[in-house]
Amino acid sequence: MMRFSTLIKNPADWMKGAGPHSDIVMTSRVRLARNLSGFPFPGFSQERQRIDLLEQVRPVVEKLPEMTDGYSEDYTELSKIRKQVLVERHLVSREHAARSTGCAVVVDRKQSVSIMINEEDHFRIQGIRPGLNLKSAYALVDRVDTELEDGLPFAFDPKLGYLTACPTNLGTGMRASVMLHLPALVLTDQINPVIKAVGKIGLAVRGLYGEGTEALGNLFQISNQHTLGEAEAEIIAQIEKVIEGVVRSEQNAREKLREDHQTMLQDQVGRAYAVLRHAYILSSKEALNLLSMLRLGADLDIVGNCDRGLLDMLLLEIQPAHLQLNAARELSPEERDAMRAEITRTRLQSLDAPGSLSQSNSNPEGSPSDT
Amino acid sequence: MKCDVCENEATVFLTQIINGQMTTVNLCEACSKAKGVTEETGFGLAEAFLAPSQRAEDSMEAVCNACGFTASQFKKIGRMGCPECYQTFREGLDGLLRNMHKGTRHVGKRPHHGGGDAPQLLPRQRTSAVREAPPPQPVPAPAPPAAIDVAQLRAALDLAVKEERYEDAAKLKAEIEQMQPKTPQK
Repeated sequence: MMRFSTLIKNPADWMKGAGPHSDIVMTSRVRLARNLSGFPFPGFSQERQRIDLLEQVRPVVEKLPEMTDGYSEDYTELSKIRKQVLVERHLVSREHAARSTGCAVVVDRKQSVSIMINEEDHFRIQGIRPGLNLKSAYALVDRVDTELEDGLPFAFDPKLGYLTACPTNLGTGMRASVMLHLPALVLTDQINPVIKAVGKIGLAVRGLYGEGTEALGNLFQISNQHTLGEAEAEIIAQIEKVIEGVVRSEQNAREKLREDHQTMLQDQVGRAYAVLRHAYILSSKEALNLLSMLRLGADLDIVGNCDRGLLDMLLLEIQPAHLQLNAARELSPEERDAMRAEITRTRLQSLDAPGSLSQSNSNPEGSPSDT
Repeated sequence: MKCDVCENEATVFLTQIINGQMTTVNLCEACSKAKGVTEETGFGLAEAFLAPSQRAEDSMEAVCNACGFTASQFKKIGRMGCPECYQTFREGLDGLLRNMHKGTRHVGKRPHHGGGDAPQLLPRQRTSAVREAPPPQPVPAPAPPAAIDVAQLRAALDLAVKEERYEDAAKLKAEIEQMQPKTPQK
């Protein structure tokens, strides 16, 4: 099995590939909640029962063809920082990372599939793909689920579907979520109506790291709330349709920025570039928000030589646990801000200074390029 | 939808299961913050609100034969103890599910071997012999005092929210809704 350091050194598959609409849609994730019949749910079981279950199921999970040469770890073997790194990579949930004895995570080599054991449910199977591609993310977890089901008796009721600890997950046990980068909708003040409209059709909108987190860096997650009464394919088709609409709104907003607010747009991107290239102290919030502007600049060809994969990786590298892992020790918030700035300066060295918008601009020198 | 405390637009909806009924308290951002509702872990939330007030009637309630989970624990944390609990606490579940989901019947993927009792890789901890769980004892809902007008209930609701008695608030809200079946949602 793979070591933690090897896992983390490599960018995840979803950071390298480009999926549909990947200028706006960062990732598509699908998770399935599954439980073994005859065992209490993790939240209501004794530690010993959780350990027993883990010992029995972990080999089954590790033997999945998808998990060949993958990464598998018992939580008692993982430091707090390492667990937090897995959270920042979206490989495990915050709730799962908060647990310890009797819990484990198994991740495939490409970091596209992760299986949490003894989360709120016995199994949380997650698949992640780049861009808007819920169907392919579902295909991943569906296959893993079917394989697991050969060796494990999952709790299933003909009427209620897959039985889960929380009734909100009953039925398909499926949560499909899409991470979107919507800077233009935020800049043009159109984000709230969009969020409201999405909420009205029964989808949830959340921040970067799920429930109760702030939408930093103009990143939003949209996911289904209903899991019972509709088939997986229907749920996914509905979300994808909604996301297509949000993507169109964002595209229109970007077009509007380009046409009607060119100077403001260049100013925002230029300032982001200047600060990120030259700051020595960067808070997480500031960095995420500026990186959002830089990414927008790259998407609109204002910033040249800016690889999206590089920005995706940087977005992770500057998260608190990643910084501390990199430093191999705990860091105070001040130390983190300094280190975040250092890493950012280094990674962005090769970027071209923001130029003018590709179309129709008479003042190509109006950009801060002072290095 | 308006906040139950002030006149602002409600953005925080606290949903609870009380006596098998789902009830919601609507709060605006400011009020929810003031009451400490918007906490990061939704899990601790339900616990914090419901823990103190649900001591009564414990002796008579339904218990899951498989895992020992009780109806009041379900009310408290909104989660079941084990898969069998869905059988034990089946009564009243449909209403709850109707509020949560698109339907009450699963129409998606099924395990190819029918699930549940298929390959016995794991020793079952208890026999899966037919267990007739006693029907859950409906906990008697406090009868709404007759002839109380909506305004009084509203005042009581406001007070309950102010004093952070969210369970009471939810009950009051349900009562108010019963008295005015078509509350204008504007």
